[in-house]
Amino acid sequence: MKPRDLADLAVRNLREAILRNSLTTLGVAVGVASLVAMLSLGVGLQALASQRLAKSGLFDAVFVTSRRDFRGPGDGPPRKNPAPHGNPKPLDEDARQQFAKLPNVVDVYPQIRFFTDIRYNGNSYSTNVLGVPESRTASAFEGLTGKYFSSPTADEAILQTEFAKELSPQTASLIGQELVLRYAQRRTASPDEISKEQDIDKQLDEMMSGGISIVSREKKLRIAGIVDSDPSAGIGGFGGGRVFLPLRIAEQLHAAQPNDVQDFVRGGGSGKPTYAALTVRVKSPKEVTQVEDAIKSQGFSTFSLLDASKSLRLIFTVFDLFLGLFGSLALTVASLGIINTLVMAILERRREIGVLKALGATDGDVRSLFFAEAGAMGFVGGILGVTLGWLIGQALTWGTTIYLRRQDLPGVKISYVPWWLALSAIAFAVAVSLIAGLYPAGRAAKLNPVEALRYE
Amino acid sequence: MVTTPAMPPTSTLIQVDHVSRDYRLGDTLIRAVNDLSLQVAAGEFLALLGSSGSGKSTLLNLLAGLDRPSSGAIHVRGQNLAALDSPGLARYRRETVGMVFQSFNLLPRMTLEENVELPLRLAEVDRPERSRRVAQALDRVRLSPRAKHRPSELSGGEQQRGALARALVNQPSILFADEPTGNLDSATGEQILLLLREIQDTLGMTMVMVTHERPLAERFANRIAMLSDGRLIDQIALPAGARA
Repeated sequence: MKPRDLADLAVRNLREAILRNSLTTLGVAVGVASLVAMLSLGVGLQALASQRLAKSGLFDAVFVTSRRDFRGPGDGPPRKNPAPHGNPKPLDEDARQQFAKLPNVVDVYPQIRFFTDIRYNGNSYSTNVLGVPESRTASAFEGLTGKYFSSPTADEAILQTEFAKELSPQTASLIGQELVLRYAQRRTASPDEISKEQDIDKQLDEMMSGGISIVSREKKLRIAGIVDSDPSAGIGGFGGGRVFLPLRIAEQLHAAQPNDVQDFVRGGGSGKPTYAALTVRVKSPKEVTQVEDAIKSQGFSTFSLLDASKSLRLIFTVFDLFLGLFGSLALTVASLGIINTLVMAILERRREIGVLKALGATDGDVRSLFFAEAGAMGFVGGILGVTLGWLIGQALTWGTTIYLRRQDLPGVKISYVPWWLALSAIAFAVAVSLIAGLYPAGRAAKLNPVEALRYE
Repeated sequence: MVTTPAMPPTSTLIQVDHVSRDYRLGDTLIRAVNDLSLQVAAGEFLALLGSSGSGKSTLLNLLAGLDRPSSGAIHVRGQNLAALDSPGLARYRRETVGMVFQSFNLLPRMTLEENVELPLRLAEVDRPERSRRVAQALDRVRLSPRAKHRPSELSGGEQQRGALARALVNQPSILFADEPTGNLDSATGEQILLLLREIQDTLGMTMVMVTHERPLAERFANRIAMLSDGRLIDQIALPAGARA
């Protein structure tokens, strides 16, 4: 029989017992839906995590620190590659230039975070400031109201929502307003400069400090926007910033950094500014290892999150596997429904099978007809199931978003049905249905035409 | 009416040699057809006559390729049906044989023309040719106006004529009819047999009909083969004048 005729007959047969076949198809649909919903949850959560991590810029970045064994309290295990003896290389402007020249490096920038006092509307607020490098775009910030920095050198600030609420409960009204940043500026004082100073008290102070001075400064900034969260919060161990400035502006401020004192103690105040840490942004995560090795060979300590990303992918693969297994369970039950329906159909259509055989249908024709019916139920069930699974996913996302919004958190898309999942689910449903149809189709094909015709 | 011993016809189309068909019912072996030999000539109208359980329907099923003999051989145009594999037998049923049943066996969810079209679908005949042949077959049994009706909307006689159109649509060389009038009143049954003979005369087909109604067999057949307990007990050749 030609495929078109086969399909035509199969559809006719399916339409004949419409209620039973619809229920069986619905069974397949529910099975596929559970599979799709489970996997879409796995894919969605993975996408969400990857997206967050990609936005954080952690996986295409190498964090460089000077090779000094400076460790805080609670040391932890001994380092695998302890600092070599002798003077470590300083992480200064020269080193920054060198890193920038390495192949596949997009940007090299320091982490500029400092403590500050914000003056707004006559009140004073203490907080942390973070410099945002040029290579980070607005997309790295989630839930940005207002605007991103108009230029890398604009005297503008973006506030974190929670901090903005401290300034004014109507956060939107802050946009375009001016605030004053009070900070401690580090000045490197040369001996000549010190001797030129007239104020003896000041001279004494600075002599006692041994060569660096810290002076209080102010900077006026316009509030450009307000953002929900800092995507790189917690990285580098300094805690998230609550006020963001363009990095160039932050650098120009020469704000005193936590490592200044350390530099001073170590180097006896060489006068050259050094960085606590530099972030080297690489073209893609693939190049991280190569760049990391190159920087290490120059005598610096490096750290990247590539290994963490690999473990994360492994965890999600196992997670998906489990979700898939649970989802498949429902489809297995549905396949039993297909077997049941088709076996029932053989009993009911015994005489018809006999007639078909008497008219010259081969065993293969009869087998194909039952296969086509099983496949059609699988196909329609698959399409319905994908739609249903997508709807379940949407409902889960919707429910989660409502819950998160109630907790004053931004909504997230936890379920995602990529095209490959939709197509695979339909193909899987057809395959499972065909396997379920194997036994009934074989049984129908083997039916003896004489006995089948005698059947009432 | 003249009773004659079994005579080989001039041009043998079907040759049955020592055919037996056994069925097992629990521990009992039932021999439905018992060492039966028979020839059917091309263009002949043979009636298989016998009481219930005589083995006439079993023999018809064997001749139509719906069943295989337990022993013996059935040659149709020199081809031994007993030696054919399953697809070979299906091809024989599709290309050589047309079959009419007592209970019509039209598929209830198809219209009459779709039922008639079914053998052409199985034979993978192209659609335009299918339409032409279906129209021709329905016209031959005078059912063209009822083409779009479902079997449930047709009378018993119309259903059997529809079944006849379905049996003829593939232009078979042999038509097997298993009690074609069994479910019909006598007048309608007679109409069906008249139609069968008209078709035989027009198309020159070979016909083998199972019946237990001797008068009908005597009126329409060329020859009667009488069966009892699976054996051929007598053959009666009917003179041309006996056919009404």
